[in-house]
Amino acid sequence: MSEETKKPAGKKKFELDPALAEYRGIWVFIEHERGVAHGVSWELLGEGRKLADKLGVQLAGVVMGAPGEDTRRYCQEAFYYGADHCYLIEDPLLKDYRNQPYTKGLTDLVNAYKPEILLLGATTLGRDLAGSVATTLKTGLTADCTELNIDVDIRSLLATRPTFGGSLLCTIQTLNYRPQMATVRPRVMAMPPRDTTRSGGIAEQKLSMIETDIITKVLEFIPDQNTNKINLEYADIIVSGGKGLKKQENFQLIRDLATVLGAEVGATRPLIQSGWVEAGRQVGQTGKTVRPKLYIAAGISGAIQHRVGMDASDVIVAINSDPNAPIFDFATYGIVGNAMTILPALTQAFRDELAARAAAVPA
Amino acid sequence: MIHIVVCIKQVPDSAQIRVHPVTNTIMRQGVPAIINPYDLFALEEALRIKDKFGGFITVITMGPPQAENALRKAVSFGADDAILVTDRAFAGADTLATSFALASAIRQIEKDMPVDIVFCGKQTIDGDTAQVGPGVAKRLGLELLTYISSIQSVDIDRREIVVQRRSEGGVQVLKTRVPCLITMLEGSNEMRFATMPNMIRAARTTVKRWDRVAAGIEDVTKIGLKGSPTVVSKVFAPSPKTVKAEIITTNRGAPDEIAAALLMKMFGRYPHVREELHKQPV
Ligand SMILES: Cc1cc2nc3c(=O)[nH]c(=O)nc-3n(C[C@H](O)[C@H](O)[C@H](O)COP(=O)(O)OP(=O)(O)OC[C@H]3O[C@@H](n4cnc5c(N)ncnc54)[C@H](O)[C@@H]3O)c2cc1C
Ligand SMILES: Nc1ncnc2c1ncn2[C@@H]1O[C@H](COP(=O)(O)O)[C@@H](O)[C@H]1O
Repeated sequence: MSEETKKPAGKKKFELDPALAEYRGIWVFIEHERGVAHGVSWELLGEGRKLADKLGVQLAGVVMGAPGEDTRRYCQEAFYYGADHCYLIEDPLLKDYRNQPYTKGLTDLVNAYKPEILLLGATTLGRDLAGSVATTLKTGLTADCTELNIDVDIRSLLATRPTFGGSLLCTIQTLNYRPQMATVRPRVMAMPPRDTTRSGGIAEQKLSMIETDIITKVLEFIPDQNTNKINLEYADIIVSGGKGLKKQENFQLIRDLATVLGAEVGATRPLIQSGWVEAGRQVGQTGKTVRPKLYIAAGISGAIQHRVGMDASDVIVAINSDPNAPIFDFATYGIVGNAMTILPALTQAFRDELAARAAAVPA
Repeated sequence: MIHIVVCIKQVPDSAQIRVHPVTNTIMRQGVPAIINPYDLFALEEALRIKDKFGGFITVITMGPPQAENALRKAVSFGADDAILVTDRAFAGADTLATSFALASAIRQIEKDMPVDIVFCGKQTIDGDTAQVGPGVAKRLGLELLTYISSIQSVDIDRREIVVQRRSEGGVQVLKTRVPCLITMLEGSNEMRFATMPNMIRAARTTVKRWDRVAAGIEDVTKIGLKGSPTVVSKVFAPSPKTVKAEIITTNRGAPDEIAAALLMKMFGRYPHVREELHKQPV
C-alpha cells in the first residue's frame, strides 16, 4: 500500500478489485412486446439516472428486437427518459420473446461492454431473462426491489426488497461480482419526466445466432380477451374493496363508484381468494403495485402486504368502520363509518360534481 | 416412460409469521412448515403427465433435515421417489448457490435414469425470487419454459412438447424439445387429494438423504454462503408514516354530508385530483 492511501485505522480507503473496476456504467433493459414498450423501462431509467449521477457514470438503455419493430424509436424514448446512449441488437430472431436468443444477446453485450449495474423490470419477461442472464454470468441478482441506492464509497448497489411475507425489508448487495443485477416491479418507481430535447448515440451489436440454433419455436400468440382491459397498474384513479364489504353483492358498490369516476377496480387478496374478484385486480405484495392520483379503499384494514402495493398513491381515501384500523395510519383522508352507506353517498357526490361540470359546458 | 423431477421447497407458512415488535426478528417458533404453495401446481402437473403417459416422478428438495416432511407429503400425492439434499455446507445459499446444488443433484439423478422434464414452482413464498428455476435450467442446459399456464401436448416419441406461456397481454404457444424445465403458473390446476394407498406408501417410504458429496459437489466454494454472490447487509422494519389520516366528520355525520365534505377538502388541497376526474368525457 502506498503512503498516501494510508488512513486512520478502520477508515482504510476502499480499492475495488481491478477485475470489478473494469465494469462501469448503468444499464436498463428496455422491454417491449408487440409494438408497445413497457412503462417499467422508463421508470427504471428514471431511477437509473439517479444512480448513475451518484456514481458519476453513464446511463445506457439496451434495446433488442426485430428489424421493422420500432427499436430505434425505443432508443429515442430511452434518451428522452434519461439514457445517455443505447445498445441495440436488431435481428429477425428477436421478433417474439424467447429465452435463448435474448439471454445470448444480453449476456454477450454485458461481456463486451461490462456495465457495473444491470436493471430489468420484474415482469414475466424481465424475470425470465434476468434469472437466465445472472446464472449465465454467475453474478448476483436481487428480485422485486422496492428501493435502489448506492454505497458510493464501495460503488455498491444497495437493493432493498420486502422479505418474510412483507413484514420486513432487507437490503442486499453483490459485493464481489459484476454486474450487480436487480429487477423492479412496474410502478414501484416514479415515472421520470420525458425530455424531448435529449438525445444520444446508438451502438449496434450483432446477435451471433441462427434460427436453427434455437430450440423453442413460437407457434402463436393468443391475446387476452377481458383481462387485457384491466389496466390497474397504470390507472389514475382506483377504487378498491376489502373484506369489510361483507358480501359479494356489496362489491357492486365499488364498481358503481368506479364507473362514475372512470376508475379501475381493485381488491385485497381475501376477495380474490374467495372468487369475488378476478385475480388481475389484486393490489399488494403478491398482486399489482399501483400509484394512482386517487386511491379509495373501502373495508380494507391496511395490512402491510396490501399497503406496499398502494402506498405511493397521491391521495388515499380510506373508509373503515373501525377508527383504529391500520389504514388510517397512512391514508390521506379517513371516513369512519359503514362502507355500505358511505360508498353510495360518495358515488352520488361525485356524480353531482361531474353533472355540475356537464351543466357548465355549453352544448 | 417419462422421468420427471419436481423441485419443491419447504417453507414456513408465511400467513402465520410474526415479527417481534421490538427486536425485528422473525418469530419462527410454532410456525408450521408447508410445501411452498406454488410448487403444488408443478407437482400436480407432473402427476397429470404421469397419469396420461405413465412415468416416474422424483421429488427433490434442498433444505434442513425437517424438509423430509415436505417430500413425504409429495409422495402421498403420488410422487415415486424422494431425495433430500441436505448438508451444513449448503447453509446461507442464495439463488445462484441453490441452483448450483440442485442442478448438481439432478445430474446425479440422471445417472440412474435420464430426466425428461424438470418442474419448478413459479416462485417460493419465502425467497420469492422466481430465479431458482431459470438458474437450474441454465446450469443443466435445459430449455427454459417459465410461467406455463398449461401443457397442451406431449409427444414422447418425437420428444416434443407444446405449452402455453403467460406473457404480458396474452399467451404464447411454444413448441420445444424435451429435456426442458418448466415453471408452472399458479392456478393452472388443482392439487389432488392423497389416496389411502399413497399415504401408506408415503409413511413407509425411505427418503434418500444426499449430502454434498452424494449430490456430486466437489467445489465447496460454489455452494452455501461462499457460493452466493449476494449478501444480506441489513434487515429492518418499514418506517411508519408519521402523518395520520385526516378524519372527515360533520355535525350530523350523515353519509351525504361526509361525502360532500370530503370532496371539498380533497379538491381544495389536491386540485390535480379534480382535474383528473374532469378528464372524463362529459
Ligand atoms: C405472503 C402474503 C402475501 C400477501 N399478499 C397480499 C396482497 O398482495 N394483497 C393483499 O391485499 N393482501 C395480501 N395478503 C393478505 C394480507 O395480509 C391481509 O390479510 C389482507 O390484505 C386483508 O384484507 P382486507 O383488508 O380485505 O381484510 P381485513 O384485514 O379482514 O379487513 C377488513 C376491514 O374492514 C373493516 N370493516 C368491517 N366492516 C366494515 C364496514 N361495514 N364498513 C367499512 N369497513 C368495515 C374492518 O374494520 C377491517 O379493518 C398477503 C398475506 C401474506 C401472508
Ligand atoms: N431449496 C430448494 N429446493 C428445491 N427446490 C427449490 C428450492 N428453492 C427453490 N426451489 C424451486 O425453485 C422455485 C423458485 O424459487 P425461488 O427462486 O426461491 O422463488 C420454487 O418454486 C421451487 O420449485
